[in-house]
Amino acid sequence: MSGEAVVVLSGGLSHERDVSLRSGRRASQALRDAGHEVHELDVSSSLLAQLIELGKPVVVPLLHGGAGEDGALRQALELADVPYVGSVSAACRVAFDKAIATPRVAAAGWATPAQIALPDDMFRELGAPTLVRALGAHLGFPMMVKPARSGSALGCAKVDRIEDLPAAMVQAYAYGGVAVIERFVSGREVAVAVIDTGDGPVALPAVEIIPDSGVYDYSARYTAGATRFIAPAGLEPDVAARCAELAIGAHTSLGLRDLSRTDLIIVTDGTPVFLEANVAPGLTETSTMPLAMEAADLELGTVLSQLVAQARERGTGA
Amino acid sequence: MASEVACTSIVPTSPSLRQTSRVSLPLPRRDTRLDRYVETYAERTHGLKVSAVRALFSVANRPEVVSLAGGMPNISDLPLDVIGERVAELIATQGTRAMQYGSGQGEEPIREQICEVMSLEGITGHPDDVTITTGSQQALDLVTRTFIDPGDVILAEAPSYVGALGTFQAYQAQVVHVAMDDEGIEPEALLGAIRSVRAQGRKVKFLYTIPNFNNPSGILTTLERRHEVARICREENVLVVEDNPYGLLSLDADPVPAIRSFDAENVVYLGSFSKTFAPGFRVGWALAPHAVREKLVLAQESATLCPPVFSQFVISAYLANWDWKNQITVFKDMYRARRDAMMDGLAAHMPEGTTWTHPKGGFFVWVTLPEGLDAQALLPRAVTNRVAYVPGTAFYADGLGSRNMRLSYCFPTPERILEGTRRLGEVLDAELEIHSMFGLESTPHPHDLAAGPGPDVS
Repeated sequence: MSGEAVVVLSGGLSHERDVSLRSGRRASQALRDAGHEVHELDVSSSLLAQLIELGKPVVVPLLHGGAGEDGALRQALELADVPYVGSVSAACRVAFDKAIATPRVAAAGWATPAQIALPDDMFRELGAPTLVRALGAHLGFPMMVKPARSGSALGCAKVDRIEDLPAAMVQAYAYGGVAVIERFVSGREVAVAVIDTGDGPVALPAVEIIPDSGVYDYSARYTAGATRFIAPAGLEPDVAARCAELAIGAHTSLGLRDLSRTDLIIVTDGTPVFLEANVAPGLTETSTMPLAMEAADLELGTVLSQLVAQARERGTGA
Repeated sequence: MASEVACTSIVPTSPSLRQTSRVSLPLPRRDTRLDRYVETYAERTHGLKVSAVRALFSVANRPEVVSLAGGMPNISDLPLDVIGERVAELIATQGTRAMQYGSGQGEEPIREQICEVMSLEGITGHPDDVTITTGSQQALDLVTRTFIDPGDVILAEAPSYVGALGTFQAYQAQVVHVAMDDEGIEPEALLGAIRSVRAQGRKVKFLYTIPNFNNPSGILTTLERRHEVARICREENVLVVEDNPYGLLSLDADPVPAIRSFDAENVVYLGSFSKTFAPGFRVGWALAPHAVREKLVLAQESATLCPPVFSQFVISAYLANWDWKNQITVFKDMYRARRDAMMDGLAAHMPEGTTWTHPKGGFFVWVTLPEGLDAQALLPRAVTNRVAYVPGTAFYADGLGSRNMRLSYCFPTPERILEGTRRLGEVLDAELEIHSMFGLESTPHPHDLAAGPGPDVS
């Protein structure tokens, strides 16, 4: 299907606009190198009109965070009968929200951190001091506080003492109305990409992430040189297989399609613990998905091109 | 609500195993930092990191967002047709000179015209002592590279211009902030800072000051204070670097005489056409004592060979053929309406306990939030509510400023400014409520040196 026009959608109005633009640029170049005519579009009030004018080409949504990842935009594409690469809106709604995705993956039998999800108005109604104490008692320290619906580790904090919990909660709520509080899982940090080019989901080799600062935060993610990546991760074969199974298990139990990336922690006994699944995995210069493809001897452009062909064949999104 | 799930062993389904085995071929392992030069970079670059705060500014240019973050002047009132004709004429008649290499110090005609411009603020300068630079930002760079060895101290107002702090950091200078009140730098604090730095055995190389409508605080240093600052620096043998991009944008009164106007020997004066004409030409200048000027010209030649010649010709033609003083009046009327909208909007929408400066010129207002709020921490909430500003921490080299934000009124229209302050008010109300809900302590917490927005952020 070389030469087919595609739209790479990046930018948007979320907190991760900058990351999305980086992903979009890289994916666009890869698709051009693979022979596609690429239109790079941002989300705006004229987007649907532009897509219709272009003859409804396949859209590759690389929007991170907010409407781009929570299913809203994909719902609109479905409504407009525009084919696109990636998971359907209903699955995105589930996967993007950690307060929903984590229990779903846990219910499918995979290891997940103990998690509590609380909207900010619960603290308003029930009184913060009591709830904060209960959180400490239930989960113990250290714990991770995260916005339920956010990416790139924005608004996330590791909390070691109960005194620091309120400030971490306030920071998470600056990104959205619901926060998840999880027991901190200590171990090796690994990302596993899953792609499905027609024969069912396949896990790519795991990529191990070792940030210089010890914390894989926003700076560590997007500053070249600040984090060491090992691809494939140096894992025992059985541990590598379990990581792959978990990634495919998350992909399947969340109903994801085409591609996803699962972030996980391998604890001391070799068990992989699910942290989150991403429906729009980052494709920036410092993202793990392109590294995983390279480790599997795959080219980003070829994989995207296959996914585009598949989306075209599938027709409309839903 | 999720319940605790133990880390159980996993029973794999057979299809996934099959699929996994397809890719578990022996592959070469890559151990990478994705930057092969990571061990090679100069020490001065080590602090340069991608910042989540700076990334948030990427939404600021979107039309849905009211940006009170950037410092872009509004140049839509310029007579583009007239300038277009003049540029065409310039190329037709002087193109081979305007598009050729020029003098490292800058072209002589524009240096003469610059002396005329500076006379509006009481400065008597000689064209020989003017060095043209790529915006006054490059003058700052040349001055810093000329004076600073790693570890030397630069004194700067608290708060000070984020772009200057970035330059100082790039040359590994230590910035010591000097307290200000609403009349400018506090003389006692200045003297105290000089003495305490010297007592530690460190060298104070210069005082960096923006006496007119300081970026970010908007504070105008009074004439009396200017004299006092100049006297202290002269007596203590500390050079003054006077950065004056906004001086002619005095909205309520005539400009106050520049420090350089009464101290020619101990001041390097930096000027710019970015706010009085247009920033895209990148033409600024340094007026420096003879010996310093010699070094600046040599530094300029090694940096750029010569500052942009074509830009100098265009600006020179603009100054010669257009009523540029009247253009500044037009700009001032436009900025005054925007400043007034900002003042009205803040008065109407800021929650109790918020204070702000009342700038008499320039582009910026400095807001102090109610105790306990952290401007950097609430920026994501503001972006969600489609309003942007710069957190105060960007303007301190020492991690202070978390309770402050810089709001700009230069680029958005008065209506948008009012709307922006309304949205900001909502954001602050919500944040205050959540703070009181969690009973957060009011201790401000320091941040790492934060990045400001890029120059193309509106």
